[in-house]
Amino acid sequence: MLIKRAAANDCLPSEITPPEIFARRREFMQFSAAALASGALGALLPSAEAAEKLAGKPSPLSTPESPTPYKHVTGYNNFYEFGTDKEDPAANAHLLQTQPWSVSVEGLVKKPKTFDIDQLVKLAPLEERIYRLRCVEGWSMVIPWVGYSLAALLKQVEPTGSAKYVEFISAVQPENMVGVQRRVLDWPYVEGLRLDEAMHPLTLLTLGLYGEVLPKQNGAPVRITVPWKYGFKSAKSIVKIRLVEKQPLISWEKANPREYGFYSNVNPTVDHPRWSQARERRLGEFTKRETLMFNGYNEVASLYAGMDLRKYF
Amino acid sequence: MHRFIPALKVLLFLLCLAPLARLGWGFQQDTLGANPIEALTRGLGTWGLNFLLITLAVTPLRKLSGWHWLTRLRRMLGLYAFFYVLLHLTSYLWLDQFFVWQDIAKDILKRPFITVGMAAFVLLVPLAATSNNYAIRRLGGKKWTQLHRTVYPIGIMAVLHYTWLVKLDVTKPLLYGLTLAALLGFRVLWRYREKQKQLGGAYLRKPKGRIIPIVAKR
Ligand code: HEM
Repeated sequence: MLIKRAAANDCLPSEITPPEIFARRREFMQFSAAALASGALGALLPSAEAAEKLAGKPSPLSTPESPTPYKHVTGYNNFYEFGTDKEDPAANAHLLQTQPWSVSVEGLVKKPKTFDIDQLVKLAPLEERIYRLRCVEGWSMVIPWVGYSLAALLKQVEPTGSAKYVEFISAVQPENMVGVQRRVLDWPYVEGLRLDEAMHPLTLLTLGLYGEVLPKQNGAPVRITVPWKYGFKSAKSIVKIRLVEKQPLISWEKANPREYGFYSNVNPTVDHPRWSQARERRLGEFTKRETLMFNGYNEVASLYAGMDLRKYF
Repeated sequence: MHRFIPALKVLLFLLCLAPLARLGWGFQQDTLGANPIEALTRGLGTWGLNFLLITLAVTPLRKLSGWHWLTRLRRMLGLYAFFYVLLHLTSYLWLDQFFVWQDIAKDILKRPFITVGMAAFVLLVPLAATSNNYAIRRLGGKKWTQLHRTVYPIGIMAVLHYTWLVKLDVTKPLLYGLTLAALLGFRVLWRYREKQKQLGGAYLRKPKGRIIPIVAKR
């Protein structure tokens, strides 16, 4: 395994990948994709398709930390619609039907609209945002996402004054999703944010990662990414976005309200009832790191001024 | 059969090392996936539990099959259960907690799944320590048997440990739980049957008290 000493809590200059290496890695990926397309590796990976490119311009909101290798980002995650083990999504998500795809934005808005996926891609300039991702289970990654602030989409539909929350509803395709055939969670997967959280520039409407369209196991074709909250808050494969007045009941809270709250901000001082949240294992590192408040995104702290984050966990 | 027992033991000894070899090799070759440390801890825990259940299966198997030599493999299987649990604990103390004792103490006290896992481990220690002929002789068969019955609650605690650590999907711990229930249930049923047999056969045995022969003297 790759053994790397973790810095106590911040990133070392050595962790910043020099751009030329970053570019070379991309060349390698292009090469791999080309090799796949030409069928050189096709025999080995029958279900792999050449990934479609989706580039975004670098964003000042990116972390300089070096991204977690592509194979881990796409090979190890939670996506319960495809099974409850972290290797399941990579194994089972190829069945997800992503074409055609549209996202209906509705509820307390002046201009409800259904967006085709191609419209979404063109709605705002794409950016590459390299974000930390902290899972509630105590592991973390760094992922170069591609997308734009969700605010750009929400502004188009013009939320009314009574809209206080945004609800995200994920796709349910029972024939294509092995996990949905079992009632571990109450499908469809529902997530939610307060409107001001949803409008925060960090909240990303995500269409790609590592310079290509989202792999199916990572929530193709469109998901959100909320980097200061535990991973499950970032809903995948979204089909509906509703603006509502009351706080939505999110799937994990519904399944176990004692352990999962609506806010679920990354918070090292509030333990999960079954494990500590003080530290995390960055995939690829040997020792654990200290977990940072709001996953290191302190610019969101003002959203929660005066709130007891132990109560609103 | 008895002639083959020593050879069988050697074979079993090596076979029981296979899961460890696989995990070790995978760790070394980086084929345990994105989170090799978690995979290692979990793999060792899984095999600790597997060996616990395999050990508990020896007696039912022996009774059902009549293969009494199976008992002679039981000690090794039990010690392997302890061995894998010990490595599992070590992996937790070292690779998960890096020997930060305050954190470990907090974990054991605060997290129910760790608490019950630790309790199961503590109870396993005396069993492992007395798994030798010397201890059996010193304790005497009856005491030794009584002591080693703690393996039943240990099994239950280990399954609880697994059940409490999963987030939602309890399928796998449930399967282990059902297996354990079958192994323990067998013992209850067997004991009940033996009792019935004893009761049923009572009149065949010699009655207690003086027997007056009623034989006419010639
Ligand atoms: C009889 C004793 C024990 C048995 C049979 C046992 C068995 C197991 C099993 C089967 C798992 C789940 C593996 C999986 O998910 O595939 C597990 C996980 C775990 N066990 Fe144990 N265990 C025991 C004792 C302990 C002790 C004493 C500790 C620590 C004090 C411990 C810490 C853990 C931890 C931290 C995990 C979760 C690993 C993770 O999620 O990364 N266990 N154990």
